[in-house]
Amino acid sequence: MNNNPQLNKHGELQHLLTTEGLPASILLNILDTAESFVGVTERDIKKVPLLRGKSIFNLFFEPSTRTRTTFEIAAKRLSADVVNLNIAASSQSKGETLLDTVDNLSAMHADMFIVRHSQSGAAHLIARHVRPEIHVINAGDGRHAHPTQALLDMFTIRHYKRDFHNLRVAIVGDILHSRVARSQIHALTTLGVPEVRVIAPKTLLPTKVERLGVHVYHDMAQGLKDVDVLLMLRLQNERMLGARLPSAEEYFKYYGLTQEKLALARHDAIVLHPGPMNRGIEIDSAVADGKQSVILPQVTFGIAVRMAVMSILAGN
Amino acid sequence: MHLPDAEQLLADLTGKMRPEISGNTALVGIYTGGVWLAERLHQDLGLTLPLGTLDVSFYRDDFGQIGLHPQVKPSDIPFEVEGSHIILVDDVLYTGRTIRAAVNELFDYGRPASIRLAALIDRGGRELPIAAQYVGATLALPQHKMLALERSNDGKLSLSLYDRSLPG
Repeated sequence: MNNNPQLNKHGELQHLLTTEGLPASILLNILDTAESFVGVTERDIKKVPLLRGKSIFNLFFEPSTRTRTTFEIAAKRLSADVVNLNIAASSQSKGETLLDTVDNLSAMHADMFIVRHSQSGAAHLIARHVRPEIHVINAGDGRHAHPTQALLDMFTIRHYKRDFHNLRVAIVGDILHSRVARSQIHALTTLGVPEVRVIAPKTLLPTKVERLGVHVYHDMAQGLKDVDVLLMLRLQNERMLGARLPSAEEYFKYYGLTQEKLALARHDAIVLHPGPMNRGIEIDSAVADGKQSVILPQVTFGIAVRMAVMSILAGN
Repeated sequence: MHLPDAEQLLADLTGKMRPEISGNTALVGIYTGGVWLAERLHQDLGLTLPLGTLDVSFYRDDFGQIGLHPQVKPSDIPFEVEGSHIILVDDVLYTGRTIRAAVNELFDYGRPASIRLAALIDRGGRELPIAAQYVGATLALPQHKMLALERSNDGKLSLSLYDRSLPG
């Protein structure tokens, strides 16, 4: 037996809640399966019959267009039936609890829940609550985790760099508030990346972030030296109203990724961003649209990765 | 039990197929054994259209029972399927369910003009109305036995018989 709520009694993936604590073999199986789905998404008929008759509910308690849409497209390409619930504008505003909502949808014979919530742990709570034949995917919970984003980033890195074992990867920006950064760090270290760096002002770093096995830099010139992969993070506008940053202009001056700063990394370094981008704040348009940017391929690969996660879960 | 020599069977199969091949014949191998055979047939028959490969994991009818195969390979059909004349290649023809899945997958690439089937061994036991046009040999086997094609490091093909450990 194991205590990982993501695994069933055979050690197979039952829910995808976080990249933390998952063995490399499960992460790699997801990436390998996604390779096969990339071919499917390039055909005229971009659909396979794998999840025919399955009902997948997109439970978005927090607004998101891109993530919800890519999950919806992925489910449809697996021939599942998809229902989108924008809960911010539904029963919860009438006072229904999270688990009551889930119970009601389970009574409608849901097979899978894809959950986005502003509270850390929301997807875990649902996963512990549902019947064993129902699967849960965390599509982002508070500051905690966003595992499918991290997995599509790993897929993109492997696509361009082939191997994880000789890479220097830098995560740049608002690490403190970022569920994406946490999931990336766990995935990168599990997959054997020898050097993961975080680059951010002190006010945007969690205390004792070094415990996650990362090297901390506050200066872009030092942090980007000899880096193979740059994982840019979105600077959330609402954070800037607080005392953590003086202004967007000042942030861009020190931490915004420009061509000049990118030139400090390796000449073949790639630039990723989970979107939506704040052009002129964390990334300059010349970089976002430049030849080292792989931001749009990330979106395409994201659909194949989500197809892989859904089909592996549904089969376990 | 004495098993036939896979290399000899492949030579026989190649001979049977040769008169029926034309410039627009396309070969598609089914993973894993069918791809090894299709690579050899493609070369020995001198076909000009590039070789296709299929992994039918996304089209199998037992996904609900056994889940997704752990090592799915990308399917690759590098020719125009619409209007093509395709020969599917598999190592062992048994229930016919793999071939059903392969035919369904091919139709998601386009509408072929025709599909034929070549198999190294036909062991009977069909559960679907499917037949092979080209067969290396027929072999009656007990239900609990699994026949597998294997390939050595130098590329030589051979057949092995196992006791079936998993249902399906």
